[in-house]
Amino acid sequence: MFRRSFHRFCAAEEKRVGTRTVILGNHPVSATETYIAPRFCDNRIVSSKYTLWNFLPKNLFEQFRRIANFYFLIIFLVQVTVDTPTSPVTSGLPLFFVITVTAIKQGYEDWLRHRADNEVNKSTVYVIENAERVKKESEKIKVGDVVEVQADETFPCDLILLSSCTRDGICHVTTASLDGESNYKTHYAVHDTNALCSAESIDNLRAAIECEQPQPDLYKFVGRISIYNNSFEPVARSLGPENLLLKGATLKNTKKIYGVAVYTGMETKMALNYQGKSQKRSAVEKSINAFLIVYLLILLTKAAVCTGLKYLWQSNPHNDEPWYNQKTQKERDTFKVLKIFTDFLSFMVLFNFIIPVSMYVTVEMQKFLGSFFISWDKDFYDEDINEGALVNTSDLNEELGQVDYVFTDKTGTLTENSMEFIECCIDGYKYKGVTQETDGLSQTDGPVTYLEKADKNREELFLRALCLCHTVEIKINDTVDGATESADLTYVSSSPDEIALVKGAKKYGFTFLGIRNGHMKVENQRKEIEEYELLHTLSFDSVRRRMSVIVKTPAGDILLFCKGADSAVFPRVQNHEVAPIKVHVEQNAVDGYRTLCIAFKEITPDDYERIDRQLIEAKMALQDREEKMDKVFDDIETNMNLIGATAVEDKLQDQAAETIEALHAAGLKVWVLTGDKMETAKSTCYACRLFQTSTEILELTTKTVEDGERKEDRLHELLIEYRKKLLHEFPKNSRSLKKAWTEHQEYGLIIDGSTLSLILNSTQDSGSNSYKSIFLQICMKCTAVLCCRMAPLQKAQIVRMVKNLKGSPITLSIGDGANDVSMILESHVGIGIKGKEGRQAARNSDYSVPKFKHLKKLLLAHGHLYYMRIAHLVQYFFYKNLCFILPQFLYQFFCGFSQQPLYDAAYLTMYNICFTSLPILAYSLLEQHINIDTLTSDPRLYMKISGNAMLQLGPFLYWTLLAAYEGTVFFFGTYFISQTSSLEDNGKVIGNWTFGTIVFTVLVFTVTLKLALDTRFWTWINHFVIWGSLAFYMFFSFFWGGIIWPFLRQQRMYFVFAHMLSSVSTWLAIILLIFISLFPEILLILLKNVKRRSARSPTFELPTLLSYKHVDSGDS
Amino acid sequence: MAMNYNAKDEVDGGPACAPGGTAKNRRPDNTAFKQQRLPAWQPILTAGTVLPTFFIIGLIFIPIGIGIFVTSNNIREIEGNVFMYYGLSNFYQNHRRYVKSRDDSQLNGDSSALLNPSKECEPYRRNEDKPIAPCGAIANSMFNDTLELFLVGNGSYLTSIPLKKKGIAWWTDKNVKFRNPPGGEIPLEERFKGTTKPVNWVKPVYMLDSDQDNNGFINEDFIVWMRTAALPTFRKLYRLIERKSDLHPTLPAGQYYLNITYNYPVHSFDGRKRMILSTISWMGGKNPFLGIAYITIGSISFLLGVVLLVINHKYRNSSNTADITI
Repeated sequence: MFRRSFHRFCAAEEKRVGTRTVILGNHPVSATETYIAPRFCDNRIVSSKYTLWNFLPKNLFEQFRRIANFYFLIIFLVQVTVDTPTSPVTSGLPLFFVITVTAIKQGYEDWLRHRADNEVNKSTVYVIENAERVKKESEKIKVGDVVEVQADETFPCDLILLSSCTRDGICHVTTASLDGESNYKTHYAVHDTNALCSAESIDNLRAAIECEQPQPDLYKFVGRISIYNNSFEPVARSLGPENLLLKGATLKNTKKIYGVAVYTGMETKMALNYQGKSQKRSAVEKSINAFLIVYLLILLTKAAVCTGLKYLWQSNPHNDEPWYNQKTQKERDTFKVLKIFTDFLSFMVLFNFIIPVSMYVTVEMQKFLGSFFISWDKDFYDEDINEGALVNTSDLNEELGQVDYVFTDKTGTLTENSMEFIECCIDGYKYKGVTQETDGLSQTDGPVTYLEKADKNREELFLRALCLCHTVEIKINDTVDGATESADLTYVSSSPDEIALVKGAKKYGFTFLGIRNGHMKVENQRKEIEEYELLHTLSFDSVRRRMSVIVKTPAGDILLFCKGADSAVFPRVQNHEVAPIKVHVEQNAVDGYRTLCIAFKEITPDDYERIDRQLIEAKMALQDREEKMDKVFDDIETNMNLIGATAVEDKLQDQAAETIEALHAAGLKVWVLTGDKMETAKSTCYACRLFQTSTEILELTTKTVEDGERKEDRLHELLIEYRKKLLHEFPKNSRSLKKAWTEHQEYGLIIDGSTLSLILNSTQDSGSNSYKSIFLQICMKCTAVLCCRMAPLQKAQIVRMVKNLKGSPITLSIGDGANDVSMILESHVGIGIKGKEGRQAARNSDYSVPKFKHLKKLLLAHGHLYYMRIAHLVQYFFYKNLCFILPQFLYQFFCGFSQQPLYDAAYLTMYNICFTSLPILAYSLLEQHINIDTLTSDPRLYMKISGNAMLQLGPFLYWTLLAAYEGTVFFFGTYFISQTSSLEDNGKVIGNWTFGTIVFTVLVFTVTLKLALDTRFWTWINHFVIWGSLAFYMFFSFFWGGIIWPFLRQQRMYFVFAHMLSSVSTWLAIILLIFISLFPEILLILLKNVKRRSARSPTFELPTLLSYKHVDSGDS
Repeated sequence: MAMNYNAKDEVDGGPACAPGGTAKNRRPDNTAFKQQRLPAWQPILTAGTVLPTFFIIGLIFIPIGIGIFVTSNNIREIEGNVFMYYGLSNFYQNHRRYVKSRDDSQLNGDSSALLNPSKECEPYRRNEDKPIAPCGAIANSMFNDTLELFLVGNGSYLTSIPLKKKGIAWWTDKNVKFRNPPGGEIPLEERFKGTTKPVNWVKPVYMLDSDQDNNGFINEDFIVWMRTAALPTFRKLYRLIERKSDLHPTLPAGQYYLNITYNYPVHSFDGRKRMILSTISWMGGKNPFLGIAYITIGSISFLLGVVLLVINHKYRNSSNTADITI
């Protein structure tokens, strides 16, 4: 909120669109131009929400924006202004308590943020001013300042690298704290400024940087630097993300750098990226709100009924104002309408406890404390990364027990994402296994040897391509020099595939030794070192699905090497080369390997000149750079020669199959959304038992669709056909679908990205809808769906589509890479895997776990328990407050609807705060109605709570009726018991406060014992809080009635409790009433038992997981 | 959770950690609490545990019920001390305006409250510019009929039955909660100086009784009246008739004559007055409800026990597992 307004303030000078011009060092560039320094925001990071003076008003404002708090505030204000039955303290105190606790918590959190902010803002930086190195606080940096950063320091703002004080003008940074990638990334200085290596020389530099306005994408930056040398014409150089050093990243392996600040403070990319995620709300929360409305209606009805009856009753004058109870003159003079209104409000106040303020506190506490159990679980601990599960939002704990659809990424989630080079094929000849050191490549793997081999030159070309066409770096240890020659090289790259390929090449004798001054060094099979000048890198992106490098061989030839997905490469090579390699590629894909095709092309010097010019031009472009680059890349990567293909294996994660099977058994639908290609993905799906051998696969892919003349017609046909098949299989009752799965033929659907977009963006207006709906119908009937060739946004699109299905199912997305972030954010619950592709997914997720297999326990055990606990908590809260207020309501019929409270104010206040709060909190944290081990081993238990089962109308009615019954018993039981002269053996009479206290005592005992009856897992904590609460109630009552309270006008509770307990009859009555109240509950438990018992077949056994489906289908 | 990255990065800043420093072990503690494996009693309601409970409840409740019922029914016999109650009906002592119309500080003898009673007492707070003591509607409407009981002897000769005024209020009320204004030896009238009597009263509060120990705020009739009843039909203890000797019944059989000095108007609000004579047992006055309820609940439990036993027996025959798990 505040931050947003802060931004607005910052950017008030200029609109966000367009570009900004940064003048280096804020020196006027030329004497002729009058230079007005534009205003940018300063380099202060403000993550805190409050300051000391605005904390109170702002925090209060924010708290009272919550509907519940606002309601209680209104009640409190009514109590203060109108003459109400209970003192304002009764609702003011709890509200005050809640508000204070929340304020303290938020204040503390903000203090932490302030401290962290200060640490960043006050940290020392060195700025070059007037040719001198000036020590400054970080927050003082202005846009345009030249900053010096030393090794292992973090960058104080977003900088354009000017000079790294090395010959090649590169520096290494790690962005671990930004995206979690701990590898070293190389950033480049512009050639022209690279030589400036001292404060003086930098200070003499006159340059202006033109760049886009800040935007949150970490990997995008477009800018241009104009350097004003002595000549009049400025030299312009393009700037890209490789020139931009981001705030938060750390300088590594480089002594110092000079950079100019372009984005500062809240406009840095890091700050823009950490803007709050949209709040996700759980289904339980929605249920609570629904119940709240029901109870509000009950409250309003009660108040209205009472008001109506009151005036009916008062129409008889001797009821309205008998001689013994006259009104004051003021009361008589009040307008009747106003009186009716205040009476209505008074009744509202009297009954307002039906909506307990403490429920919100308890729910919050339950969620907050409960989430610790996830991060504490040692089963989620992974040795390799030395980390356990992480909870980012505790609001969604119970949603884990409600998931209907699971969307999972494939690479890194189902699979390890630790790539291993398996084989390659060169010119259609297959190579597998390790070569002999002595003579090049040979087959040593297994008895079957391929005698044919590709041409030696082709072999070497292929391996050189592997060595050159990548963005792998060598991790240099402490010493900058020398390490390159050491025997074991550590390769680092953002993509594990590339490492596997480089290592693969090494196995065949070609070792990549690193880049030095723009030259790539490769050691060939003859141990000679070849140096290639790296001219251009046409970097990888997920749209092109390929990358290329242009290098100059030692001989002076210019070569382009390209590697990419088969679909991206095949159309760009000579046709005759494709066929032999395609066979291998397809075979590899079926085996579940990831394949890449390698191609090359020779570029003549003339052509190169043109290409070079085009590339530089595109790079320099300020507008639409992306499109221009793409176009140039597209032009360059044509007419290539295919050399071969590689196959890399991505191992399945540990227990991935078991987990998927368990999820299936739990009634969840698992969809795999992957960017990978169909064959690979399909085989992975079979491997992890998403598809069984018996599953009939329906395919909606480019392959099947393109058979027909017109794609859409064919698609339409297919859709109709599939739907017919499925509808025939599942007759109408889609409700029993979950059961139906196990009984019928299973179907799996495979769809790819392009077909999906065809379905979703069909041109036919009328048809588009029906396409989509037919597609959804098909999807819903399939056990498993595989979506391949998905772009990140398409993943989110699918999730959104399913989310909006009828009955709005709960979706869960799990993934590990940056490409899964959109789907993680889109789904109800997002789970990140702390994988190898950085931490972006984990950071944006609600929960993160180290491995896919942990999903099983997370959902089946934790999710189930959390849901059960919170559902019970919610129901119990409404129940206990209805019990509490109903006698008060009934009492109105006996006290002339005069709003006389039945209970003392202290009891009204303490009931929810002290007497009945801790047992339910302990229950909602510790209860395990089913053992954790049983929950994980029998996934079907998960179905029992699906569809928010415990918060549906049925259970809600049950609890409400139970509460109504008990409330009636409390009141009328006491009523009948007090129909006597005296309850004591000395004949003395009791008054209305004793009456109320009897009801209240029965109430406190009954609701606590009801919880005790529900508790199936009695730890010492449960014992302590349940019996402790009751003991506390007794103690408090004695204490409260034991003293003449000096500051109270009324001593109505004086000795009431002690006097009450001195009577045997009261004891007997209390015991009796407690028992009568609990009787139906006990009876119900027994009846349920008997029913279940009779329903249960004698030979029932918990099926073991793997054979579960067979057992089940055999059984039913 | 907007930008708590700073704090977080400090913790898991990974490579930013000082080189050589030992990596923090993030392995979760293997404690029973954190792993949700605290030793716990997991009660499983089985037929074996539930059935005896039902029988036991039945066996306990039925005798208690019978005991209460019998005691309650015997109360009629006028033996031992007899308690004399007056009853009012349709009198809303529990009306909110009425309940709060009192000043406990004043009644507790607080001097400032005596002369400046609480606002809650309105419109019975001041009269003729003097504070009312005791103030408020409750005090003002104190029951002021006088009941006298005579035994009609031979030849219409009336023997007055001695009625004891003291011992009818709660001990704590009489001795702690209600106190006359301070003053030690000063006569009560002086201590109430500056106040006036409630409007409806005939006599001021310091002339309620001749016995100084039962006069002023600590008059027991007054204290009893001040304990507001829970329901519009109520009884209040009026007098005790103590048993003189074990040989004679407290109230021997015969004709009695009740003399009522009628002061208290009830017709205006459709009220009724009653006088009740009752003995009291260990469980208080006569009340059949408690006994019947105990007997009923006990019987139902017992019956259910039997029914469940039968059902359980049937299932035991069909399957060998005796447990019914929840």
